[in-house]
Amino acid sequence: MITVHHFLTLSAILFSIGTFGVLTRRNAIVIFMCIELMLNAVNLTFIALSHHLGNIDGQVFVFFIMAVAAAEAAVGLALMIAFFRNRESIDVDELNLFKW
Amino acid sequence: MYDKLWLIPFFPLVGAVINGLLGKKVLKNEKVIGGLGTLAIFASFLVSCTYFFRLLNDPIKTHEQVIGSWISVGNLQIDWGFLLDPLSALMIMVVTGVGSLIHLYSIGYMHGEVGYYRFFSYLNLFCFSMLMLVLGNNALVMFVGWEGVGLCSYLLIGYYFHKRSAGDAAKKAFVVNRIGDFGFLIGLFLLFWTIGESSGIYTIDFLEMSKLAPLHLEAGGLIVTIATLCLFLGATGKSAQIPLFTWLPDAMEGPTPVSALIHAATMVTAGVYMIGRLNVVFYMAPETMMVIAIIGAATAIFAATIGLAQNDIKRVLAYSTVSQLGYMFLAMGVGAFTAGIFHLMTHAFFKACLFLGSGSVIHAVHHALHKAHIEDDPQDMRNMGGLRKKMPITFITFLVSTIAISGIPMFSGFFSKDEILWYAFASPQGSVWLWLVGAVAAGLTAFYMFRLVFMTFFGEQRTDARAKDDIHESPAVVTIPLIVLGVLAIVGGYVGIPHVIGNVFGHIPNYLHGFLQPVFGATEAQIAHGQEAAEWGLMGVSVGIAVVGIFGAWVMYIKNPELPARVTSAVSGLYRTVFNKWYVDEIYDALFVNPCKRLGTFLWRGFDVVVVDGVVNGLGKLTRGVGQGLSWLHTGMVHNYAMSMVLGVVVIVGIYVFK
Repeated sequence: MITVHHFLTLSAILFSIGTFGVLTRRNAIVIFMCIELMLNAVNLTFIALSHHLGNIDGQVFVFFIMAVAAAEAAVGLALMIAFFRNRESIDVDELNLFKW
Repeated sequence: MYDKLWLIPFFPLVGAVINGLLGKKVLKNEKVIGGLGTLAIFASFLVSCTYFFRLLNDPIKTHEQVIGSWISVGNLQIDWGFLLDPLSALMIMVVTGVGSLIHLYSIGYMHGEVGYYRFFSYLNLFCFSMLMLVLGNNALVMFVGWEGVGLCSYLLIGYYFHKRSAGDAAKKAFVVNRIGDFGFLIGLFLLFWTIGESSGIYTIDFLEMSKLAPLHLEAGGLIVTIATLCLFLGATGKSAQIPLFTWLPDAMEGPTPVSALIHAATMVTAGVYMIGRLNVVFYMAPETMMVIAIIGAATAIFAATIGLAQNDIKRVLAYSTVSQLGYMFLAMGVGAFTAGIFHLMTHAFFKACLFLGSGSVIHAVHHALHKAHIEDDPQDMRNMGGLRKKMPITFITFLVSTIAISGIPMFSGFFSKDEILWYAFASPQGSVWLWLVGAVAAGLTAFYMFRLVFMTFFGEQRTDARAKDDIHESPAVVTIPLIVLGVLAIVGGYVGIPHVIGNVFGHIPNYLHGFLQPVFGATEAQIAHGQEAAEWGLMGVSVGIAVVGIFGAWVMYIKNPELPARVTSAVSGLYRTVFNKWYVDEIYDALFVNPCKRLGTFLWRGFDVVVVDGVVNGLGKLTRGVGQGLSWLHTGMVHNYAMSMVLGVVVIVGIYVFK
């Protein structure tokens, strides 16, 4: 029997993997993908709880998150292209122009 | 009938503005600038004449004109208002009349000076301020004029601002005047407040104040005494009395017409005028009146002693002015208001003539020395002598005015000075001591003035031989004002012939007393009748003293020219003290100026630099230090920032979970 706990546990694992990836990887695209992973972990939580509670609201939220994620992907990739053109690299360690 | 009063100060203001704004770039021509300035003041002289003679034949002697509201707060209403009564009518005649002559004189005297337009602009501005001062119907309009004349005095003393001494003298005049102005304001506030508190009418209108003061102030009380003393402090500043007289001799750094107009004939009489204007209030404070009389007498004799030993022709005249102003205050103090104003008027004539005459001499000597490239001081009387043949018109007018100031009968100064001395003796507030001091000062006056005449116009010519023959009489534009003022110095006194003399010649009335009766009638000191013999006697004594003074000067400077050197070496200590003006400047420096400077230096080095700057700089340093301390957090690594975010979330969630 798969309960809501299984879904939440899976979601927590996925979120943690995403967070770990964001903190450790250097490649901006990989970090980006990790952020997507985190977002989708949250989506999974929403869906599971929506099903469990019999409330449709959570699913509505998921649509919003997917729309935002799509927009973010577009902007993020554009930024990365701009950055690559400047530095010939997408290593975030070189993204330090704000440092005084 | 009197609705064009505002024109009187308006003309000089227009002249000042036009010359000031357009003089340098547009008008340029000296004749245009000088003509415009003279015309402006002459126009207001004509208006003044019209009103003066209209007032003379008018049974109503007090007229006010309000041209607009200035300040209106609650039940306090202050207007731009003018007041024409016999006192202000007399003053505007003196200011515009003498002013016109001095403007005319300046056209010639200032010829070729740099900043010619500036001079005439300031001179007109001064006349405007002075006319506001005497015409204002309330104390605030008077104060505008009061400050305005102070400003113009500053600007004109510092006319040769590239000379350090001129700049210093200008600043000194301004600062010393400010001390007096402070007293003036405090006195005014006190009167305003106490009258307003007890009557419910808050006013600074002169007529209302004069009406309310006797009803709502306690005569001889503390408040009115303090208020009038404060006002008198203001008068000592403007009119160069002890203790604030030190600026006037230094003010001689300005061009000579300025000395004649501002520092002899008009501005320095503002204090006398102010006391006359508020005579009702001063009358209520007998202690103040006593102080005024004593200060006046002390100044008269003190300045006269300094005048004995000066060699600079203008400085002698400056101390003479201080001394004569002392007489005016002596008169005010013993309640002889009419006599004080009378002396103000005659003094304006003969002292303006003396200053302009000295200017004519200085001008001639300066040009001769300049032509011969000699660096001698053109104002030093030791470089003059024997000029009476070279400059006959200047000599005659100068001599006439000197006789007038010395108090020789039939000249204007005799009538006014003698009236003051008589009141100083016989008025209820007077005393024999005040008379004695005044009479001795009159003798000293006669001595130093004739010393000046003898050293300048008689004897051997001591000018450097190379420049000797280049000294000529001044042009007509200079000599005409001299002649007019010289005539006035003779006839100016006949408007106030004392009754004892008038009675001899068939009951000639004292016109001035009658004219000023509406202003001073209620407060003027009354002298009991039946003292004709005493009056004749004192008159004889004071004339005798004056003659002795003149004779002394003749003996020392004509008959035995080596005598002065012997006298000065015999009393060399005293002579040095007098020559150095009793070291008053040095004493003031030690007592007030240097402590103030030290306090200023302390506040600068001690308070401003350490405390004020310390707090401000400390705040800056603190912010900077904190920023520097925290800057290690700012690594520029995205991971670090993300990590700290995650840690923050963990901590916040942890707090919620484990609470």
